[in-house]
Amino acid sequence: MFEIFQLYVFILAGFVGFIVIQRVPPLLHTPLMSATNAISGISLVGAIVAAGGSYGRLSTILGLIAVICAATNVVAGFLITDRMLAMFKGQKPGEGAHK
Amino acid sequence: MNGSSFSAFAALLPQEGLAAAPLGTRDLVIQATYLIAAVLFILGLRSLTRPTQARLGMQQAAFGMLFAVIGTLLNAHILTYQYIIIGLVVGAMIGYPMAMKVPMTAMPQFIAFSHAFGAIAATLVGVVEYRHAFTMRMDGTMPGMSSGVAAAIGFEVLFGALTVTGSFMAFGKLQELITGRPITFPGQNAFNITLIGVALLSLGVLIYNPDTSWAFYTIVGLGLFLGVSMVLPIGGGDMPVVISLLNSYAGLAASATGFAIGNNVLIIAGALEGAGGFILSIIMSKAMNRSFANIIFGAFGSAPAASGKAGGPAKEPKTISTEDAATQLAYAGSVVIIPGYGMAVAQAQHVCRELHELIEKKGGKVSYAIHPVAGRMPGHLNVILSEAGIDYGALLTDVDDANRVLQTADIAVIIGANDIVNPDAEDDKSSPLYGMPIFRPWTAKVSFVVKRGKGTGFSGVENPLFTKDNTFMLYGDAKGVLGNLVKEIKALDEGH
Repeated sequence: MFEIFQLYVFILAGFVGFIVIQRVPPLLHTPLMSATNAISGISLVGAIVAAGGSYGRLSTILGLIAVICAATNVVAGFLITDRMLAMFKGQKPGEGAHK
Repeated sequence: MNGSSFSAFAALLPQEGLAAAPLGTRDLVIQATYLIAAVLFILGLRSLTRPTQARLGMQQAAFGMLFAVIGTLLNAHILTYQYIIIGLVVGAMIGYPMAMKVPMTAMPQFIAFSHAFGAIAATLVGVVEYRHAFTMRMDGTMPGMSSGVAAAIGFEVLFGALTVTGSFMAFGKLQELITGRPITFPGQNAFNITLIGVALLSLGVLIYNPDTSWAFYTIVGLGLFLGVSMVLPIGGGDMPVVISLLNSYAGLAASATGFAIGNNVLIIAGALEGAGGFILSIIMSKAMNRSFANIIFGAFGSAPAASGKAGGPAKEPKTISTEDAATQLAYAGSVVIIPGYGMAVAQAQHVCRELHELIEKKGGKVSYAIHPVAGRMPGHLNVILSEAGIDYGALLTDVDDANRVLQTADIAVIIGANDIVNPDAEDDKSSPLYGMPIFRPWTAKVSFVVKRGKGTGFSGVENPLFTKDNTFMLYGDAKGVLGNLVKEIKALDEGH
């Protein structure tokens, strides 16, 4: 039964994603991609449980690698997004001044 | 959310009895952090609709991530913290310098790399879960897994594995470790479709009978293989679509992980990335006037070499001296610069800003026409120019807007771009570019084309723009040519 609830969550989140992301201007498409990439580094949550659950040596090693990769993804993803967005901030407001 | 959603998480546990227990305070706290994280993620993406709010919004989203991680550390099923701490520290130590040092020109490679890392994590979590579900416990029982969870885990490792190798292949092509040209062999599409078919069959077997471990590992193996074989035939010019697709797959892998371990915030975050990647893929495909199928199965760059109009004496493009071009630029009222990936390759964005500032000082107005597929990923040229200090207000990111500005412009300067200004896209039905929305620099009074040599663009298609009456070529490395123009304009000032 819970799979059905999860499907609801997935579909609704997908809709929210479509509606919100469709309005992101082309100007910010690169930061958008790095932002969604950073956010989906939330796999870290699953990796943490896998690494800390003491499910045997091999599982712990795989879990550790998963934590390293996911943490890299999260840290690098949010930092690079911030670096890019800093370049678009504090300039003349209103994109497309020539429109 | 409810007690039953924990049964999947409980599949990771030594004791199965917990699943039916009502949520304790600790679990409520954990769920609260996940809820906060999910809301902050959505608000963060929403903030990206406005450049001025975007930074703050995404910083809040980063806090959301921190909340979710702290919440997860409270999880009662975590018995040892040492590996988690080691993993987090090592990950941060790899991620921090990478993110701070990477130049904006290398952003597509960086994103591909980051996709691969996220996907490795999702795939490994899937493998750990699967192994754990079919490991005999101390008391001689084995938890096993339901068909629903098996389906989720199957999708998780399929998309995960495919994204891992696909992203590394994309990284290799972008970094030019392997050729950017499509690599094809006869029967390639049939081969790939067969691979997909076998993977889906294995998935079916796994769902029907979750303890068929060969089916599980076949899916992992085929996923890894598919990532390579699907990216091989795709050319460098089609990279924006590939990166967007991998973005989407990485999201779907994360979402499937959420299904497998019964975690809503993973499902939500994955769905957001899946949607984002999908939207960007569509935008990129439209900007090239091609379908997904055509990009993935078409191997664009290899085929059209033979096409193009036959007959008619080939006209030689006209050249212009640097001095003449500089003089015209110095006295132009309105200049539109059309940059392509060639500008990034030549690292010409900084000298371009210098030129821009000189023209503005002389009273001219400068804007940039940025095509959706210019560069190697969506929006790539925008960040490259912004990094060089060019105000984003000067960037025209809509093709129609830019064409309107071009009609009244004195000079169009095309720097390292080719296909996005090819008139055949509008005039020649036999051209592989036909139907692609393009800029019309020939509607400006004159256009200057800064180009390395006389060759064709990435697609290998001839460009009749170069032989139009009001088009003049400036051959050479973009950085060098622009540098000379800057020098000449400065010399004009001194001469007066």
